[in-house]
Amino acid sequence: MVASTMETPRATGVGIDIENVSLAYGKTVVLRDVSLVIAPGEFFALLGPSGSGKSTLLRLLAGFNRANAGRVRIGGVDVVELPAWKRDVGMVFQNYALWPHLTVAENVAFGLEERRWPRERIRQRVRDMLELVSLAGFDDRRPGQLSGGQQQRVAIARTLAIEPRALLLDEPLSNLDAKLRASTGLELKRLQRRLGITTVFVTHDQQEAMTIADRLAVLDQGVIQQVGTPRQLYDAPVNRFVAEFVGSINLYAGKIEDGAAGACTVSVEGLGRARVRPDRATAVTAGAGGMVAVAFRPHAVRLAGTTPVEGLAFDAEIGTTEFLGEFVRYELAVGALRVVADLPHARFVEALLPGARARFVVSAGEIVVLADPPR
Amino acid sequence: MSAALRLTRAAPAGGGGAWLLALPVVTFIVVFLAWPVATVLYTAFADGQGGFTTGHIGAFLSISLMREAFVNSVIVAIGSVALATLIAVPLAYLTARFEFRGAALVQTLGVLPLVMPPFVGAVALQLLFGRNGSINLLLGDAFGIRIPFMEGLNGVMFVEGLHYFPFILLNLVAALGNIDGAMEEAAQNLGSHGFRLFRRVVFPLAAPGFVAGAALVFVKVFDDLGTPLVLNVTNMLAPQAYLRITSVGIEDPIGYVIALVMVVFSIAALALSAQITKGRDYATLTRGGTALRKRPLTGWNAMLAYGWVLLVLALVLSPHLGLLLLSLAKVWSFSVLPDGYTLQHFALVLTDSSRMIGNTLLYCTLAAGIDVVLGTAIAYLLLRTRLPGRQWLDWGASAALAIPGIVLAIGFLRAFRGLELPLIGGALTASWIAIMLAYAVRRLPYAVRSCVAALQQVHVSLEEAAQNLGANRRRTARRVVIPLMMGGILAGFVTSFITAAVELSATILLATTESQAPLSYGIYLYNQSIATRGPAAALGVIAIVIVALGTYLSHLLLEARAGGAKFAVDTE
Repeated sequence: MVASTMETPRATGVGIDIENVSLAYGKTVVLRDVSLVIAPGEFFALLGPSGSGKSTLLRLLAGFNRANAGRVRIGGVDVVELPAWKRDVGMVFQNYALWPHLTVAENVAFGLEERRWPRERIRQRVRDMLELVSLAGFDDRRPGQLSGGQQQRVAIARTLAIEPRALLLDEPLSNLDAKLRASTGLELKRLQRRLGITTVFVTHDQQEAMTIADRLAVLDQGVIQQVGTPRQLYDAPVNRFVAEFVGSINLYAGKIEDGAAGACTVSVEGLGRARVRPDRATAVTAGAGGMVAVAFRPHAVRLAGTTPVEGLAFDAEIGTTEFLGEFVRYELAVGALRVVADLPHARFVEALLPGARARFVVSAGEIVVLADPPR
Repeated sequence: MSAALRLTRAAPAGGGGAWLLALPVVTFIVVFLAWPVATVLYTAFADGQGGFTTGHIGAFLSISLMREAFVNSVIVAIGSVALATLIAVPLAYLTARFEFRGAALVQTLGVLPLVMPPFVGAVALQLLFGRNGSINLLLGDAFGIRIPFMEGLNGVMFVEGLHYFPFILLNLVAALGNIDGAMEEAAQNLGSHGFRLFRRVVFPLAAPGFVAGAALVFVKVFDDLGTPLVLNVTNMLAPQAYLRITSVGIEDPIGYVIALVMVVFSIAALALSAQITKGRDYATLTRGGTALRKRPLTGWNAMLAYGWVLLVLALVLSPHLGLLLLSLAKVWSFSVLPDGYTLQHFALVLTDSSRMIGNTLLYCTLAAGIDVVLGTAIAYLLLRTRLPGRQWLDWGASAALAIPGIVLAIGFLRAFRGLELPLIGGALTASWIAIMLAYAVRRLPYAVRSCVAALQQVHVSLEEAAQNLGANRRRTARRVVIPLMMGGILAGFVTSFITAAVELSATILLATTESQAPLSYGIYLYNQSIATRGPAAALGVIAIVIVALGTYLSHLLLEARAGGAKFAVDTE
């Protein structure tokens, strides 16, 4: 979607500082004491389930919501008192919000006209912007005549035309079909890299957030649960919510056998015990005998081989199988426990049959220990 | 959209039952709408020997009074639309987009003018805003000036604009409510606010609603006979048609040419509005769309807004207030307020005119009954069968909207002259049945819209479930469809009833004796002389009470049914 040869506006990224922001509608608390620092030029994702407050936070940056408490600074300037039309932060709406009574070119020109640009410059700028999003020649179309993907590109062109200090994307991929979603995500990222514009995007889709964002914040019930790179969140979730929301995971109640937080041995009834390394158990403060959550990703489960593995080991009966191409997803029964295991698939190798029994292992390095045990 | 398509297409073909259902509908529309109107149009071009002539049109154009009447009617219609716009647009925008205290009250009071025929308000406005009315007396005392609100065409425009602005208000509020909040937020995000935001984004998006409302106002004003007659303005088309027919006679071709011109203009106005709004359905609340948070009003803006709204509301309520004062006044002339108060006007009309009140209730109940029966049938045929040409039923019934009352009345007189009523005897055109049928024809479009909307909300799967459990088509209609539509049917009945209760354009020609005259005609008669203005006002107050009660009753009924109706709403 991006023509690489043409000259594009280079926005210098600005930092965004959110300090102790709280927001409530009447008695419904939407954001609780949220603090967040987004670095200049960063592609940042707000990830959470619906109702987590992520969209509210985005709209707060755009000036459509007002916090009850706290400060918001964009590029070092406190924007709390600034109305939406003076903030210069471009927002791309979830449904694109293209005005049906205006043509594509008129949509893109809108913000420039509001800024009283001379007509000739507007014309030039609209042409550049439509070229930027590979829609040159679509000037006189109406939004209704475009596909969903094209509409989104017009919305992006319209927003970037005003050279916003930061770019806000509200669920940018949710209205696209599955095929377009992946490629559009990459295009967005490429565009953002080239422009260097600080970008915040909101999504409920963890895979989308992980593939596109430099860093992300996971929100639940108006509270930021964890901030970090996709890898940090995936490998070292700080609580059960993040562990379960980011990627799929097996999670059980476990017991600390010995040692305090740090290096300790945990056991899960039915799955055995494992000596867990310190960096995998940072969030645990329970002492010996304390209950914790023990978790591992489905792909960490392996068929037991001849060489012994340091970690959990258990016999299981194969339940249902799902063939997913790259791997096969098994539901294993270990007594009353259910374990999901993703085993790599090789060409023409048959899957394990339901009802068969096999021994599985999970290496200790793959095990996450969290403070709050599931009930 | 896709859901609506599925609703209309999923049902099986109608079969013989559909034809049987369509027959009375088609008969009614053809006999009581198409045939009378066609007779009028034919007569305008007939040379009397069965040939075609444009001579009558030439004659019409050669009469300077006719040319003047035509120009005046157009001026008044456009002026009334302008005034109505001036009143309605700020009311709609302020209450729909800002944290406006009393927004619901404003929107409710804004509809109040509709519960009174415009010519009833005309008399009251004459007393308040006329040459020697309260306002001009006050202005004269204070500043020595006098504003000609009510002089000639001004008066008609003033009354009509004040009366019909709710059509624009209602359409505009609905259109504003349907605009996706993100549309306006996107404009703000790009730097737009205040009046520019309204001019560049909000108004263009709501424009289809505005145009629809404005076209209705235009047609209604063009069509209105009572107001110019009461204000003694006769150099307009509708009064000229009336005067021609009543003074020269039913054979006078000029009357038919006037009718032709009125029909052409009404249809043109509605067609133009349909053309403008076509393909511009900006009801943009879609997936991911947000309902807009109302913006706060502060400082000077708030003062200005509340001041303007209060002024407009005072204007809007002034006819009602004036009418009430007049109905209670002993003498009210050349003074700001009446000199004394009495209840004798009410006593007089309640003894003298109780028959008229009864007539109105009878005619309107029957007419509205016919309307909802036909409306339900049309809705069912339109949405649930594949009857060929079913769309024409809807169009045919709705065409009544474009036919001025006076034209329909002339058509009745011409088409049914000499027709004796079976059983009871007497001429149809001299009987109250003609009045009632004219009401039914004129208010049919309201009932049809209401019933179609109600049936659209009933998901077809609810009927399929009934059929799946063994109910045949007829029993499904009776046990599932009609109960679920009942809210809409009731709303249609009430709308037809209350608008028929204040009808005058057709009534005035069709009411031949005082004993069969309805309330609206009575008000008109009493207003003919200054001495009986008091009783006229009392009758007007009674009309308002009837209409208001009807509206309130329907509101209660709809509320009571709202719980049940929710299940019927398509959840997609």
